[in-house]
Amino acid sequence: MSSSIVSPKKLFSIYKLPGFTFIAITCFVMLYAPIMILVGYSFNEGSSLALWEGLSLRWYYSAWQNEAVKDATLLSLIIALQASLYSTVLATMAALGTTRTRAYRGQTAIYAMINQPLMVPEIVTAVALLIVFATIKQATGYQGLSFLVIAHTAFCVPFAYLPIRARLEDMDRSLEIAAADLYATPWRCFRRVTLPLLLPGILAGAMLAFVISLDDVVITEFVKSAGQDTLPTFMLGQIRRVITPEMNAIASALLAVSVLMVSLIFLINRKKT
Amino acid sequence: MTPIIRKSIVGLAMVAISGSASAAGELNLYNWGNYTNPELITKFEKAHDVKVTVTDYDSNDAALAKVKAGGHGFDMVVPSANYMKIWIDEGLLLETRPDQMSNFKNVAKDFNDPVWDPGRRYSVPWQWGTVGMIVDTSVYKGDINTSALFLDPPDELKGKINVPPEMNDVISAAIMYLGGDPCTTDKDLLRKVRDKLVEAKKHWLSMDYGMIEKFAGRDVAASLYWNGAGFRAREKNADVRFGYPQEGFALWMDSVAVLKDAKNADNAKLFQNFVMMPENAALISAFARYANGIEGSDKYMPEDMKNAPEIIIDPKLSGAGKFLLACSPRATEMYTAIWTELQK
Amino acid sequence: MPDDSPSLSKYELAARKQQTRRNLLLCSPALIVLLLAASGPLLVMLFYSFLKSGNYGGVIYEFSLDGWLNVFLVRDIFDDVLKVADAHLSVFWRSIKLSAMTTFTCLVIGFPTAYFIATRPRESRNFWLFLITIPFWTNLLIRTFAILELIRNNGIVNNLLTDLHIIEQPIQMMYTDFAIMIGMTYVYLPLMILPLYASMEKLDFRLVEAAYDLYATRIRVLRKVIIPLIKPGIVAGSILVFIPSLGAFVTPRVLGGGKNLMLGNLIELQFGQGRNWPLGAALSITLLFIVMATLLLYVRYSQKGGVQHEQ
Repeated sequence: MSSSIVSPKKLFSIYKLPGFTFIAITCFVMLYAPIMILVGYSFNEGSSLALWEGLSLRWYYSAWQNEAVKDATLLSLIIALQASLYSTVLATMAALGTTRTRAYRGQTAIYAMINQPLMVPEIVTAVALLIVFATIKQATGYQGLSFLVIAHTAFCVPFAYLPIRARLEDMDRSLEIAAADLYATPWRCFRRVTLPLLLPGILAGAMLAFVISLDDVVITEFVKSAGQDTLPTFMLGQIRRVITPEMNAIASALLAVSVLMVSLIFLINRKKT
Repeated sequence: MTPIIRKSIVGLAMVAISGSASAAGELNLYNWGNYTNPELITKFEKAHDVKVTVTDYDSNDAALAKVKAGGHGFDMVVPSANYMKIWIDEGLLLETRPDQMSNFKNVAKDFNDPVWDPGRRYSVPWQWGTVGMIVDTSVYKGDINTSALFLDPPDELKGKINVPPEMNDVISAAIMYLGGDPCTTDKDLLRKVRDKLVEAKKHWLSMDYGMIEKFAGRDVAASLYWNGAGFRAREKNADVRFGYPQEGFALWMDSVAVLKDAKNADNAKLFQNFVMMPENAALISAFARYANGIEGSDKYMPEDMKNAPEIIIDPKLSGAGKFLLACSPRATEMYTAIWTELQK
Repeated sequence: MPDDSPSLSKYELAARKQQTRRNLLLCSPALIVLLLAASGPLLVMLFYSFLKSGNYGGVIYEFSLDGWLNVFLVRDIFDDVLKVADAHLSVFWRSIKLSAMTTFTCLVIGFPTAYFIATRPRESRNFWLFLITIPFWTNLLIRTFAILELIRNNGIVNNLLTDLHIIEQPIQMMYTDFAIMIGMTYVYLPLMILPLYASMEKLDFRLVEAAYDLYATRIRVLRKVIIPLIKPGIVAGSILVFIPSLGAFVTPRVLGGGKNLMLGNLIELQFGQGRNWPLGAALSITLLFIVMATLLLYVRYSQKGGVQHEQ
């Protein structure tokens, strides 16, 4: 093992640790195996998730025909987009206010509060939110989407915050100090120096928040008002009977869209560099 | 980031527009998921020029908690028989007097004066069914009309049994198997129930939903479960049969009621009357595959349901069926303790 | 914590105060939203845990300690003797055990994967990162059912193994603790990989190179250089995996067959069919305390480590 480090190829080998690439590849295979299955079964003629009965586009067609499924999908995406955007902004600000600074009174309390949604089982937050929001809904008569967006934003904050904080903690101060020495305004310094350096963390945080929001069932179930079913709550309602293969079709379609988006981003990035 | 904001605003606007279609009235139905036939809704919308929105729930308790909290925006709800008394006692339902509606004459005799809603002053039948044993007869050839299949399992079935994660259904079945009445607080009997369940659990494979798939894939050979699922499982695995435990099995019925704080109470009453029409009730059954309690609806039922042994109870065994009602708080407390002990 | 040491000049003190004000200002929007939709409602729960249970769910506004008493002690329903609530304790223990195992597995798989991504050429890293998150665009339930499809007795893995004559009989994987582990690892893996990646991406490979130059072995470099440098990422990832898996209940039910309760199920039972909201509230606040204590220890520990690292 140690003989390779003195070899002339040292510069390349330092990146490689034995077995790591193998585990990483296995990890990707594992991640995609169930996904392949669900995409495969979305083309199943039969209504079963367990028995293959032939190739067909039947479930795509019926999902497209089903207004309830379409509304739920759209609503899920709208909420997830908003919640991930808001929570990432809030989390970035909070991360800047809690890291790389002299310890101040209340810092631990703030840290605990930001992470609090992580520490409580969803059902508890859900019941508590039901009570609080129901009071507000009755008092104001407003039953719109904002309640869901606020609830989602709140529990997405810690998911966005932790990667951003982790990134920020390791970040070198020297560039920012240099910028400040060159009389850059704090805002300019933030935009031109801190933000670009922080971007991988922000991106990771935003993606986590989006995914977490898209998957939430319990809190949504308790906060939603009439006509506010998201894809997960729509499915939760079916769990005692049958989950229709329409769900597989929707999932596969969403997957296709996201793959398309990723490929586009990838291509654009490539052109730039 | 701005395009994202713009997109979500556009999306929001779209939802807002689609939510306020041009119909004269509105109706918000709060029902079990995958339980409402879209055809039924479209038909009602056309007949009365009302825009109907269906929102799903997954358990009686979730629906109850939500409506009790208020500010929900629903007009109608479909509680099970064993929760109806709670809804009525808590003052959540509007007394719409379905018994005086024009289509009430269609309600079957068995259901026009039920214990859970005497005189049908609040609710209208939606669907009803049984909790029995789904059995794969290629694995087990013996008598399937007994709860012994999951409480004193024969060797062929050991390790292939499922029990649904439903406290009331499971404990009631065990109580009836041991000769008691559902909702009993008899300590000696409940001690036996606990011991029986704890002993039997060693032979269970799972406590799960989704049995239609599991029987189709032959992962499970016997399960305490609902009859409509038994019907669907048989469509996918011809060896599957549905048994009615002779020691006693649970009957259930879900009924449509109007909420006291409904904004569209008049449309809701129209809907109650509407589902008591035989052809409409048949639409409900055709979708979710349970019986509906409306006389004359069988004419309009799908062919395969007319004589299905899962839907029509064997007359020799029908006497063993009992409707589950709301248990006393003391009974619920004891059952929760047994249930926790069973799953610890 | 504020140190008013006399050696500081007025100017420095003012600068510090200003910095603290800036920090609080930066945190306040997040705190307001959390107060409204997370911490505030939790106070309602705290309040509920001291009330009497309503007959059919909900609470009666009368003071009672029954909820708290029932967390650890139960009055036996058969002979009215107060005894330790061993059912609750065993549920607590099972949840902690399974969550710890899941966190460990996620780390073992996630660390090399994050490392792999961090060592790709800069422009392709985002692509790999997206590749990690794509599977999670599909709903949790659907994904879990897909895993079930893989590990069923007549599922793809078992069929493949029997066709290749590696095994004679299908292995029972569905409805076991192994299945729960696989499922939870699958579900929470990105929560480990993303924070790990965020710290690794910053890793200064010159340090690694320097260590090699000093003839350190790979294991030594990993232990003494890489791991200490990305510790914040490891801590963040472990927290993100461990805590949600404590409250998980969909995966254990679908893949584990739901025969044994997890903490999430136990609490849900009290708010649902069990109709004992005060007990549910007390159980969740107990859980909150346990997690909070662990987390505070972590923070103290990582801050100390951070100071040493800077010097």
